[in-house]
Amino acid sequence: MTDLSLSNKAIAGKTAPPAEARSLRLPTQWLGVTPFFIFAVMFLILPTLYLMLGAFQNEAGEFTFANIVALFSANIVAAYWISIKVSLASSLIGAFAGLAIAIAIVRGGLPDWIRSATLTFSGVASNFAGVPLAFAFIATLGRLGLVTVLLNTLVGLNLYAHGFNLLSFWGLTITYVYFQIPLMVVIIVPAIDGLKREWGEAAATLGATQAQYWRMVVIPVLWPSFLGTVILLFANAFGAIATAYALTGSSLNIVPILLYAQIRGDVLHNAHLGYAIAFGMIFITGLANIFYIWFRTRSERWLK
Amino acid sequence: MKAGKFWAWAVFILGAAYFFIPLIATVEFSLRMRRGVYSFDAYKVVLGDSQFQATFIFSVVVAIFTILLGVLIVVPTAYWIRLRLPQLRPVVEFITLLPLVIPAIVIVFGYIRMYGSNSPLPFLGSNLGANALLVIGYAALALPYMYRAVDTGLRTIDVRTLTEAAQILGAGWGTIITRVILPNVLIAVLSGAFLTFAIVIGEFTMASLLNRPAFGPYLQNLVANRAYEPAALSIIAFAITWGCMSLIQILSRFAPKSANRPN
Repeated sequence: MTDLSLSNKAIAGKTAPPAEARSLRLPTQWLGVTPFFIFAVMFLILPTLYLMLGAFQNEAGEFTFANIVALFSANIVAAYWISIKVSLASSLIGAFAGLAIAIAIVRGGLPDWIRSATLTFSGVASNFAGVPLAFAFIATLGRLGLVTVLLNTLVGLNLYAHGFNLLSFWGLTITYVYFQIPLMVVIIVPAIDGLKREWGEAAATLGATQAQYWRMVVIPVLWPSFLGTVILLFANAFGAIATAYALTGSSLNIVPILLYAQIRGDVLHNAHLGYAIAFGMIFITGLANIFYIWFRTRSERWLK
Repeated sequence: MKAGKFWAWAVFILGAAYFFIPLIATVEFSLRMRRGVYSFDAYKVVLGDSQFQATFIFSVVVAIFTILLGVLIVVPTAYWIRLRLPQLRPVVEFITLLPLVIPAIVIVFGYIRMYGSNSPLPFLGSNLGANALLVIGYAALALPYMYRAVDTGLRTIDVRTLTEAAQILGAGWGTIITRVILPNVLIAVLSGAFLTFAIVIGEFTMASLLNRPAFGPYLQNLVANRAYEPAALSIIAFAITWGCMSLIQILSRFAPKSANRPN
């Protein structure tokens, strides 16, 4: 990823036409953006590049694939696998639930105040992650949580006796959904707003039923931005650590927590394996984001 | 049509239940510190805790410096890109999106390896350096939001005309940015600032791995060791996030006015 940006910069620099012929002081053109590029190179690109190069080196600094191969040990593969599962499940559930809520508030004929209240709340909840969120779910679905206790006393349903555990795959997924749904709402509402009324009228004039209008107009138009947002949600969940760490301590072995433990105390006893884990995370979120950008540009063509 | 409305309500109510029950549960839990009756004891204990005060103030100060650094980096860049170097826009936008691709834990891992006490740039060799590195890291995390907010603000004003007018009146670049451009995009900058504040105030990963006495790690430690106080703190954290978002909303209502001024 970082390589790409560097080469992009180089290309942009070379092929860029002189912005304004009348400007006499060409170097000052670039002076204006120098602080930004110094910041980006020093504190975003180089540190990442450092880890990515380190992932392909051994202790002596020689080139090797050993660290990448070591990623495929059972323990680390399991961590990646559960991370991917939690991210995928929470992004899909969040995306569909968020889409349903967005359609309900934009197209469902609900009062106006519900729309604006939902949007404000979504802005808040999509930023409400980390330790406070984890604790909110401990207070709700933990062993002594409000819902757990209420279900037990009112309905006689003991969640934990039925195998539910907040400190598990499903527990983490339900918690992550709390910031995934609002993020979906925030991003997808403008896309639904972008559906032009004329399209519905045109479809109706041509004799389309409501179902046909949805199947042949709405879904194809919304599809790219929906899919793009799913990918963004995936990356969002994949890199999250504070919520999971506060919720499960280190009992659930997801990648960010493994990396956290590695940075803290070299639990894998191999510094370069830590770099490789970081490389793997960037690889996965990077891949997801490349798809995201691709879908985004496709959907923006329609919504202009 | 009727059926559609029914489903809209059903979805909305289901969603509202999912989002409000955890909040209600947390509020309820936070009030249970004194046996048998509801009380605000947990809040009193938390707010009176000197460690809470120290870490919270630390995080607020870090957030303020992060906002200043973010504004210092983003405003001149976004302005210059609009005015003189539009061909660089894709590159700059790509870079500002990088923090969404690279997880915070990876960025901070890179910092620890590159700027350790034995490196040429030993940020982590001193307390002040580590604090500075935390501010820098947060500014990087907030970059996507800050840049988008400022760029949206710049879109609503006529940058070129304003700049030329200022130049005719004899203003230098510093004056143009601080006294002409910044006041015009102030509301956009403030929205970015409040979002940054909301992100930074409870951030855990970077603060914890750089060993800073910030609010996030304090919260984390409290969750592991106490029962009622974290509930109270969660509600406080939610209220802070809510406050930041409400301020952004209120500010956005003023935004069109400032955009119309130059016309």
